Amino acid sequence: MLLAVLSGFILALFAPLLKRFLGYRAGWVLALLPASIFVYFLGQYDQVMSQHAIFEYHPWIPSLGLNLTFYLDGISLLFALLISGIGTFIMIYSGGYLKGHVHLGRFFAFMLMFMASMLGVVLSSNLMAIFLFWELTSVTSFLLIGFDHLRQASRRAALQALVVTGLGGLAMLAGFVILGTSVGNFEMADILSFGNVVKDSELYIPILILILLGAFTKSAQFPFHFWLPNAMEAPTPVSAFLHSATMVKAGIYLMMRTYPILGDTIEWSLLLGIFGGFTLLAGTFIAIRQTDLKQMLAYTTMASLGLLTMLLGAGGEGAIEGAVLYLLAHSLFKGGLFMVAGTIYHEAGTLDITKLGGLGRKMPITFFAALIAALSMGGIIPLVGFIAKESMYHALLHGDPLSTILLVVAIIGNAMMFAIGFAVALKPMMGKLGDMPKQAHEGSIMLWLGPLTLGLCGLAAGIGIAYLGHTIVHSAVSAIGNENAETDLHLWGGINAPLILSLLTMAWGGVIFYFYDKVRAFADRVLNWIGWGPDKGFDQFLALLLWVSQRITDTFQTGHLKTYMRNTFILLALVIWVPMIAYDALPDIDLSTLTKPTFYEAGILLIAVLGLYAVLIAKSRLTSIVSLGILGFAVAILFMLFGAPDLSFTQFMVETLTAVILALVMTRLKLDKNDAKYGMEAVVATIVAIAVGSGFAALLLRVMQTELDMSLSDYFTKYSAAIAHGHNIVNVILVDFRALDTLGEISVVMTTGVVILALIRLKPKNHKHASQKSKSKSKLKESAS
Amino acid sequence: MEFYLTILVGLIFAASTYMMQSRSVIRLVLGVALLGNAVNLLIFTVGRVTRDIPPIIPADFHGTLTGIANPLPQALILTAIVIGFALFAFVLVLTYRAYESLGTDNSDEMRIAEPKKTQASKLTY
Repeated sequence: MLLAVLSGFILALFAPLLKRFLGYRAGWVLALLPASIFVYFLGQYDQVMSQHAIFEYHPWIPSLGLNLTFYLDGISLLFALLISGIGTFIMIYSGGYLKGHVHLGRFFAFMLMFMASMLGVVLSSNLMAIFLFWELTSVTSFLLIGFDHLRQASRRAALQALVVTGLGGLAMLAGFVILGTSVGNFEMADILSFGNVVKDSELYIPILILILLGAFTKSAQFPFHFWLPNAMEAPTPVSAFLHSATMVKAGIYLMMRTYPILGDTIEWSLLLGIFGGFTLLAGTFIAIRQTDLKQMLAYTTMASLGLLTMLLGAGGEGAIEGAVLYLLAHSLFKGGLFMVAGTIYHEAGTLDITKLGGLGRKMPITFFAALIAALSMGGIIPLVGFIAKESMYHALLHGDPLSTILLVVAIIGNAMMFAIGFAVALKPMMGKLGDMPKQAHEGSIMLWLGPLTLGLCGLAAGIGIAYLGHTIVHSAVSAIGNENAETDLHLWGGINAPLILSLLTMAWGGVIFYFYDKVRAFADRVLNWIGWGPDKGFDQFLALLLWVSQRITDTFQTGHLKTYMRNTFILLALVIWVPMIAYDALPDIDLSTLTKPTFYEAGILLIAVLGLYAVLIAKSRLTSIVSLGILGFAVAILFMLFGAPDLSFTQFMVETLTAVILALVMTRLKLDKNDAKYGMEAVVATIVAIAVGSGFAALLLRVMQTELDMSLSDYFTKYSAAIAHGHNIVNVILVDFRALDTLGEISVVMTTGVVILALIRLKPKNHKHASQKSKSKSKLKESAS
Repeated sequence: MEFYLTILVGLIFAASTYMMQSRSVIRLVLGVALLGNAVNLLIFTVGRVTRDIPPIIPADFHGTLTGIANPLPQALILTAIVIGFALFAFVLVLTYRAYESLGTDNSDEMRIAEPKKTQASKLTY
C-alpha cells in the first residue's frame, strides 16, 4: 500500500517531463498509474473480505509516534477504488480538456499529487498521518483551484478554499490530539477496537465537535459551504475529481470512519441531522437559482454531501447502507456530469444554461453520458441512484420523529435534485440550437470516454446490485457499522413504501422541472432578499482581520522613538508589578527597625537626590550635564563610604570623562533649548516613570528580605590570597578568577573606540541626507528667528 | 541603610525612565547614563552594604576574613561601569553623527528609516 500511495507523488515529479515528450497524449500514459492502483486494490479485495482489514506498518518518525500505518478495510477499499478508478478517467479527460495549455504538465503533476494525498487520507491509520494527508489534499486543492492564477477570481477562490478547509483541518488536528491522548493511542485501527471508550469519555463533546469541524469544512456543510461553489473557478477536471467525486468526500469518509467510536449518540444525530439536512435543502434551493452549469452542479454536490451527512446522523445499519450506496452513486453520476459540463464548455464556449441548447444532435455520445448520469441522479430504475434512494427511504421509515423529519427533508431534496439533474442534462442538449460562442461538435474520445464509462458503471452497478450487495457494499457497511451487516440488495423489491415515496419524489421533481424557470425566478427573489451570505462574510472577516492588524501596527509601530520607549517601559512596569501582586509578594516595610544613616551619609544621599532633580528640571543642557556629574560623584562617594574604593575611583574617573565629553559634544551641537514635554505627554511619562521606579525599588526591597547566598563571595574571600596570591579581592576576581570576562570587557571598550573613530572620521557621502540636513537646518534657523 | 539606598535606586530609575521617553535624543542619552548608575547602585545594594571595610586581605593575614564588604558585587559593578561608559560614549557619538547628518536631535524629526504614515492596506486577492 505504501507504493500505491507514494507512486502518485513520485510520478508527479516526472509528469511535466512526460508532457514535454508526449504533449496532451501524456494523459493516456499517466492514466496507467491510477488504473494499476485500481487493479491492485481490486486484487486486495479477497483478503479484506476474509480478514476484515489489512494492516501495514512502516516506521517514519517513530520517536514522534508518527508512522505510516495503512489500514485497508471495506470503507477504505471503497474509497480507494473510487479515487483510483475515477482518477484514471480524469487523467485522460484532463489531457483532452486542457489540450494545448502551456501548463498542462504542471496540471498533471498537481492532479497526481492530489490523488496520492487522497489515497493517503483514506488508507492511513495513524491520526497524525491522516491529518498530514488531509492537509496535503487542501494544499493540492489550493494549487488546482488557483491553476489559472492570472484571474483574481481564481486566486480568491483558491485562498478561500485553503483558509476554510485549513482552519477546519486545524480543528480536526486538535480533535485528534485530544482523542489520541485521552485513549493513549494514535492508531485509528486500535482506537476503533476500543468500543465505547470515547463515547463515555468526559472529552467526548470537544472531540466530536472538533473532528466534525474538520469534516464539515472539507465536505462543504452549511455554514462552511461557500468555498465549494467558488472552487468551480478551477478547470473542470478538477471540479469533477476533487470537488464532487473525491476530496469533498473526505469529510464524509472521516465521519464514516469515526462512526463506530463517535457515532450513534444524541449529540451526533442532532449535529449531523440538523447541519446535513439544512445543507441539503439550502444546496438544492441555491442550485435552482443558478444559470451556470458548473454552479448548478456545485450546489447540488453540496446538497448531496448534506444528504450523506444527514444519513450518517440518522445512523443505524439501513441508513449507513443508504449512505454507502449514495456515495458510490454520487461519485459516478456527479463526476460524469461535471465532465459533461466541461465538454460542453470546451465545445460550445459557454456554461450559461439560458444560452445553451440543441447540443444533443451535435454531440450524441456526450448527450447519452449526460442522460444516463441524470437518470442516476434522479434516482430512476435501473440505475444505482435508484437503489440508493430506495435504501435511504427504507432506512428512514422508522416512525420516530427525527427519522420522519429527515425523511421529509430527503424527499424534498431528492425531488429538487431530480429536477436540477435533468435540467443540467437536458436543457443544453434539447430544443433549438442556442446562441453559443463556438460552433459545437462532438469532443474527442478523451473527452467522452470518462463520462460515458462512469455513466455505464452507474448502470452496471444498478443492474448488478445483488452482486455488489454481497461484496464491496457489504464490506463497506460492515466496516462502518455492524460486522455482520446484512446488505441483501435487489434492484426490484416489489411494490412497497419506499417505492411509493420514490414515485412521489419523481412526480414532485417532474413538476419542479416543468415549472423550472418559475421556480428559478422565485429562488432568485428569495436569495436576493436575503442578500448576505457566508461568502460575503468571508470577505468581511478578512477585511476585519486586516483592519485589526492595521490598528495594532499603527498603535505599536508609530515610527516615533518616544512611543517605542514608552511601550517598552509600560511593559517593564507590568512585568515587575503584575507577578509581585499576583503572588502576593510585596515587600514588608517596617520603618521602626530601620537603622539611621549617619549625618554625612544622609548628606550625600541628599546631594544625589538634588543632582537627580536638577537633571530633570534643567532648562539648558549644560546644567543637566553638570547635574548628572553631581549625581555621579555622589554615587562615587557612596561607594567609598561602603567599602568599595576601587568602584569609587573608577566612578570618579568615568563621571569626569562623561561630563567632559558631553560638554564637548554639546557645545558643538547648536540645539534649540526647549525640549520639555507638554500636557498629556508629560503626565503619561511621569506615571510610567513612577511605575518603573517604584517597581524597581519594591522589587529590590523584596529581594533584600530574602537570604543572600554568600557562598561565591566566601569562596573568593577564602582563596584570593591562598590561590591567586592577591590581597585586593575585587582585583583578584577581575584579573584572575574571572579574567576572561575582563578580556571580553576590554574587547568591548576597544571595539567601541574603533567604532567611534569610524563614526567621526567617515563623513557621509549620501547627497540625499546632506540636502535634507541643509533643509532642516534652514528650518531650524527659521524657527530660531 | 539599604532601605535609603533602595529609595535612591528607585528615584534614579524613575528619572531615567522619564528622560528616556523624551523626544530629544540628548535627553535620552542622559537617561541612558542615569540608567547605568541606577543598575550599578542596585547591584551594590542587593549584595548588602557594610560600612568602611573594603574587601582587602591584610598582608600577613591567614584564615577566614569576616565583616568585610561583599567583593562579588563590586567586581561585577567595576565591569559594568566600564562597559556602561563605553556604551554611553558610543550612543553619544551616534547622536552626534545623527545630528550632523539629519540636523536635529528631535527623534520625531528623524524619520529617514520610518514611513511618514502607514498606508492602509486594501483587501486584494
